[in-house]
Amino acid sequence: MEEQNINPAPSIHCESLSKSYGKVEALKNISFNVEKGEIFGIIGPDGAGKTTLFRILTTLLLADSGTAIVDGFDVVKNYREIRNRVGYVPGRFSLYQDLTVEENLNFFATVFNTSIAENYELIKDIYQQIEPFKTRRAGKLSGGMKQKLALSCALIHKPSVLFLDEPTTGVDPVSRKEFWSMLKKLKEQGITILVSTPYMDEASLCDRIALIQNGQFLKIDTPQNIVKQFGNALLAVRSDSMSKLLKDLRENELTKSCFAFGDKHHVTIQDSAFKIQHLKEYLEQKGHTSIEIEFIEPGIEDCFMELSQR
Amino acid sequence: MEKVIVVENLTKKFGNFTAVDHISFEVERGEIFGFLGANGAGKTTAMRMLCGLSIPTSGKGFVAGFDIHTQSEQVKKNIGYMSQKFALSEDLKVWENIRLFAGIYGVPEKKIALKTDELLKRLGFESERDTLVKSLPLGWKQKLAFSVAIFHEPKVVFLDEPTGGVDPATRRQFWELIYQAADRGITVFVTTHYMDEAEYCDRVSIMVDGRIDALDSPKNLKNEFNANNMDEVFHQLARKAKRVDR
Repeated sequence: MEEQNINPAPSIHCESLSKSYGKVEALKNISFNVEKGEIFGIIGPDGAGKTTLFRILTTLLLADSGTAIVDGFDVVKNYREIRNRVGYVPGRFSLYQDLTVEENLNFFATVFNTSIAENYELIKDIYQQIEPFKTRRAGKLSGGMKQKLALSCALIHKPSVLFLDEPTTGVDPVSRKEFWSMLKKLKEQGITILVSTPYMDEASLCDRIALIQNGQFLKIDTPQNIVKQFGNALLAVRSDSMSKLLKDLRENELTKSCFAFGDKHHVTIQDSAFKIQHLKEYLEQKGHTSIEIEFIEPGIEDCFMELSQR
Repeated sequence: MEKVIVVENLTKKFGNFTAVDHISFEVERGEIFGFLGANGAGKTTAMRMLCGLSIPTSGKGFVAGFDIHTQSEQVKKNIGYMSQKFALSEDLKVWENIRLFAGIYGVPEKKIALKTDELLKRLGFESERDTLVKSLPLGWKQKLAFSVAIFHEPKVVFLDEPTGGVDPATRRQFWELIYQAADRGITVFVTTHYMDEAEYCDRVSIMVDGRIDALDSPKNLKNEFNANNMDEVFHQLARKAKRVDR
């Protein structure tokens, strides 16, 4: 083609997707695009609708209404094409427990008409970490190793889009960091990644995110823009008596909301004329000592709570 | 101060593999004790021994005053337990769940009825009394599961990743329930992968390769490791792990 296509077709295109289970509306009118080569995060708690969305996009579940296109193919009409082109790691471990590590990988390669040797380069970084255990049955692997095997199996046919449903749930912070650096490397190879997580701190590792709750997107944007649009002044406050401090801050008339955040409390403030000195005096009157108050930048978790309370 | 958990050189081996390697610590009445570690560090094995579900290979352990070697049935009666995986019966109503678990722990019939009303009121769940648990939002389930786990007023409650997957606001409300329980004198032994929650504990232990490599208040740990938050402390310790098998 002659003309330069500035916006190539998105890897994933959803329009007005809805799905109910009986009376429960799992997804309500979801629309979004994921661009080629993007890491797109679906971030929200259990029961928000993340898995339903993943199952629709991987052609395992039919939506009640709306359309979805994955890598140029319709999830209903061209479901066979899509199954050849995507990799899917479901939230629950779903490889063959009684096959060994190598047998599982070989099985998936064969199903997709390829071989381990043919695509070894793509999975090398990940698979090498579990290769010393390749004769061990998958059911006997630790959580972190199962996850690496599942990822290897999902990549062995060189998919153009990778779907990862809560790959880091229940995983410790150090292993989670390792996992995300693996995703960064896959992105560099041009693979589009849709990943869901309940951990808000993983948002900053995505190019763009959608915050989801009760089947609805609260917001779709880059993590940086979501933080910019927070719209309230945010304070971090601490004193010698943190549980009393929570109560006293909530009773203050200028407080819009107040939550514990690690060793500080985060307070959103109503009034633009607010002065730190006034709050300090109020807390001193309440008997607090060693009071520290500062304005801070919100994190994604602050934004999520703010948006979900609207 | 009353010691509710006393552990001395507690060890568990599976064949040649030492899952828990001579750990020692004490937890006081009403304390919130965070039990952290990477996947595969030995947390679950240690916790199973403390709950009377697994016999130690060597070392001593007393929970709620009972010996985990010889009095494991007494241990089980005097503790509460809750995890995300094991919580409530989905196909029973709210009040039926309370009655089931209270009955299992041997709370007298009359007391169950009385305390059920009290509990539902405290949680603001009065109107959900006859609701099937499976139709409750996740956050409500977690709060109910915790309340059921301490319904028989145990000396200590074990919480295994109680807040995994819960939305941020509910996660914090859950911790407020933990504080209330601790104020009533119930000792809380909790594992979590959320490092901000480690900051809410009175003291925190961090397991690496079966051993406890650090144990102190969050404040002291941050000083000791010259770290801004518990996440940094955790990373410094967990990176030293030699076990490749995680």
